[in-house]
Amino acid sequence: MTITDENAGIGSRMLRKEDGALVTGEAKFVDDIHVPGELWMGMVRSTAAHARIVSIDASAAKEMPGVEAVHTGAELAAMELWVAPLPCAWPVTDDMANPPHWPVAPDTVHHVGEIVAVVLADSRYGAADAVEQVVVEYESLAAVASIDQAVADTDHAHTDLGTNKAYTWAIDEDPEGTQAAFDAAAHSVTCRFEQQRLIPAAMEPRGVVAVPSPMGGDVTLYSASQVPHILKVMAAATTGIPEQKIRVIAPAVGGGFGAKLNINPDEILAITLANRMGRAVRWTESRTEAAGSTHQGRGQMQYIELASDSDGRLTAIRVKIDADMGAYMMLITPGVPLLGSFLYHGVYETPKFSFTCEGWFTNRTPTDAYRGAGRPEASYAIERAMDMLSYEVGISPEEIRRRNYINGGEPFEMWENPAGISFDSGHYSPTLDRALEMADVAGLRAEQQRRRDAGEVKQLGIGLCTYVEICGLAPSRALGGLKYAAGGWEHATVRLLPTGKVEVVSGSTPHGQGHETSWSQIIATKMGVSPDDVTVLHSDTALSPLGLDTYGSRSLAVGGVAISMAAEKVIEKARLIAAHQFEAAPEDVEFEAGSFSVAGTPSKSVHIQELGFVAFAAHDLPDGLEPNLQEQVSFDPPNFAFPFGTHVAVVEIDEDTGGVDLIGYFAVDDCGNQINPLIVEGQVHGGVVQGAAQALYEVAVYDDQANITNPSLMDYLVPSAAEVPSISTDFTCTPSTTNPLGVKGVGEAGTIGSAAAVINAVVDALRPHGITDMAMPASPMRVRQAIEAAKGGAS
Amino acid sequence: MPANAVRISLSVNGRSHDLEVEPRTLLVHALRDEIGLTGTNIGCDSSSCGACTILVDGQSAKSCTMLAVQAEGCDITTIEGLADTTDGDGLHPMQEAFHQCHGLQCGYCTPGMILASVSLLEEYSDLDEQGVRAGLEGNLCRCTGYHNIVKAVLSAAGKEA
Repeated sequence: MTITDENAGIGSRMLRKEDGALVTGEAKFVDDIHVPGELWMGMVRSTAAHARIVSIDASAAKEMPGVEAVHTGAELAAMELWVAPLPCAWPVTDDMANPPHWPVAPDTVHHVGEIVAVVLADSRYGAADAVEQVVVEYESLAAVASIDQAVADTDHAHTDLGTNKAYTWAIDEDPEGTQAAFDAAAHSVTCRFEQQRLIPAAMEPRGVVAVPSPMGGDVTLYSASQVPHILKVMAAATTGIPEQKIRVIAPAVGGGFGAKLNINPDEILAITLANRMGRAVRWTESRTEAAGSTHQGRGQMQYIELASDSDGRLTAIRVKIDADMGAYMMLITPGVPLLGSFLYHGVYETPKFSFTCEGWFTNRTPTDAYRGAGRPEASYAIERAMDMLSYEVGISPEEIRRRNYINGGEPFEMWENPAGISFDSGHYSPTLDRALEMADVAGLRAEQQRRRDAGEVKQLGIGLCTYVEICGLAPSRALGGLKYAAGGWEHATVRLLPTGKVEVVSGSTPHGQGHETSWSQIIATKMGVSPDDVTVLHSDTALSPLGLDTYGSRSLAVGGVAISMAAEKVIEKARLIAAHQFEAAPEDVEFEAGSFSVAGTPSKSVHIQELGFVAFAAHDLPDGLEPNLQEQVSFDPPNFAFPFGTHVAVVEIDEDTGGVDLIGYFAVDDCGNQINPLIVEGQVHGGVVQGAAQALYEVAVYDDQANITNPSLMDYLVPSAAEVPSISTDFTCTPSTTNPLGVKGVGEAGTIGSAAAVINAVVDALRPHGITDMAMPASPMRVRQAIEAAKGGAS
Repeated sequence: MPANAVRISLSVNGRSHDLEVEPRTLLVHALRDEIGLTGTNIGCDSSSCGACTILVDGQSAKSCTMLAVQAEGCDITTIEGLADTTDGDGLHPMQEAFHQCHGLQCGYCTPGMILASVSLLEEYSDLDEQGVRAGLEGNLCRCTGYHNIVKAVLSAAGKEA
């Protein structure tokens, strides 16, 4: 099959179809949508991390002009607006603790920002004013404010549970063998890393508008969501509203990064209160509110030990994670650390592997998926530990990696990893070779030495990371084995319209990834039509009833493949019609660049777009063939996909101030075949900066009473253009064996590679001081303190 | 409308508007909720993100940081007023550059980013990469890592990144 227009099909750098609406302000995000008679919801949020609600006095708020109602959690519980707590879809063990998480706390609060009462008013400002007039009296309980405090298990985040431990989950087939490997090791390292809590901070805050149809009992929910399909199912299960009466629309969505893949209190409140009031109900979180109203990411203490022989070849890896669940289990909270569990050996062969994760409750905002979800944590731990092992063995970071790459760095397919899953394909050495060359690491090392010899204030550091990640979620059976409640398939419909245009219905749901463009390119190549003739419908459960949405770098490797397969089914049906017209056998009809012709007589041909009307009119179809050209596919992938790559970070550290400047970044990624390299590069750029931001700038800071102290963007340091360099990218291509397009995934790869590369660079710069580790974020204060301490200053 | 409402007149994208607003009404809320121009987005509550950047008398300003009453008599341009869509295609060169360079993904920061960039180039015509990066410090993007945004602005300035 060929591409009709070489500038438009698979592999071309086609400019995005989405852009026009977004650069002109035409695109409609949730907060842009207004409905006559709408009510503005305002949330009264807990100012205490752990407390019993003694009383709530809403009398003053209820008297305010424009205020229609104020409801406390206890009142809402009595109204029976919901039939179940907010859902957790991933109970990772049979005995996992899962305290009920109600949309509004009925009697006890478990984190700052938990909703204790809801205001409905007729204006944005009126709702905000009324919230301020609600007086809540709390009786404080001891708050669990850190992972260490949770693990100590003296104070309890949920007093009823009697423990903070939520679950223990392990891959540990041969603990004695692992221990024996450590006993016999020539070298070993033991590391403790903290994955600090992060605020996802998609630029569009979350928001909802629920629009009821009182007579029919239907409700439409507009939500800034990555997961409208999952939200519809879960909203039905939580509210008891029949599923077919709920329609969810995710309009233009301004980024997600995992933060918009949950089932949130506000979504359930908007649906149920809109139905109760018979009026539309809306809410948009403020940025500062989001620290308590939207889940956070990371939050792990990691203990990783490596054992090796005298040459630095790994003999065992043992990992223990203490993972901060926060106050409640949200949609996939408990499973996030496990998404990394299969990857703590990274791109390296090891005879022995042991992984244990314990989940712990704290009185902090719940955690859940954030770009990479478990894999950046894993890649950080192994890639930092490998650098530490390289110091121990006395070889370079690149050499320790080469000695341990799976299959000696040579290409492989279907490699069974020690955690029990099969990597689809990989070829790691070329990404390292290319990254070293692109960054001119040899030249950088010479400059580094020169600065060290000269004793310059600004020292250079060079950091490496070769990552592998697991994406393309996922084979449904594998998810079932992990106790995840849903499947991992994706659905697509392709229809050839009467006028020859193509309508694609996508079950995956974009929020910046450019699906409309990439899916059009797949159709262009497969069907031989112009991408301008393709429209992609998505993110509305009425238009696209089946789907499992966008997260975990799954859209292309599952959803894009489904679209390709549905297009092939349309072509096969069209072939029958063409054969009928040609009075030829279908097997003699060839399809090339959009046209059907009989083998050997190319002069007689018909373009597939002409058959749209033939199938629609149905005047002369083969006997028994149904009218219309529309086919659908639910693709359930046989395996995950495992993208990989090598990144090199270059930092300059001012030893007087401790300031770290990321001055160069070189990324060589392999995501298999690419549909649109322009979009792929963009995903890498953004992902790299998000990981670098964890390394250098971002942390959600909680005080000892579990109050978040930096909830606004004034204090939570999302980097600007001034803090980051341009990113140099290149790619190798090792097609996936998991799907017929040979594609993997790239949405999270940058983030998975970059935090480790940047911190490895920071430590590399500081090694002459004897410094071997640096906590994230590597703030100027931390760097200065480390230098002072290393110099013997009693800091 | 509350008793303390104030009458203001301002010009937005070449059209004059007479509004009655509370004195505390933020300009961005007046533009979005009163005039209905929703292209100007809100990304924070601390004047940090720049998603709400507009042009006030030709200069970039964060519309969450101005009261509507402060815009009395001002000539305002929002993202909806930048393209000349009445004469066909008509994207402003900065909008076109963002499209050509893939300078946006989710597009939420984009209106503010484009207007800040327009204003930046008006003020400094001869910027290099570092100048563009420093000049856009007040506008946050979570998707692009800024790489292609910087490229777009340099391209609009007639320079290759």
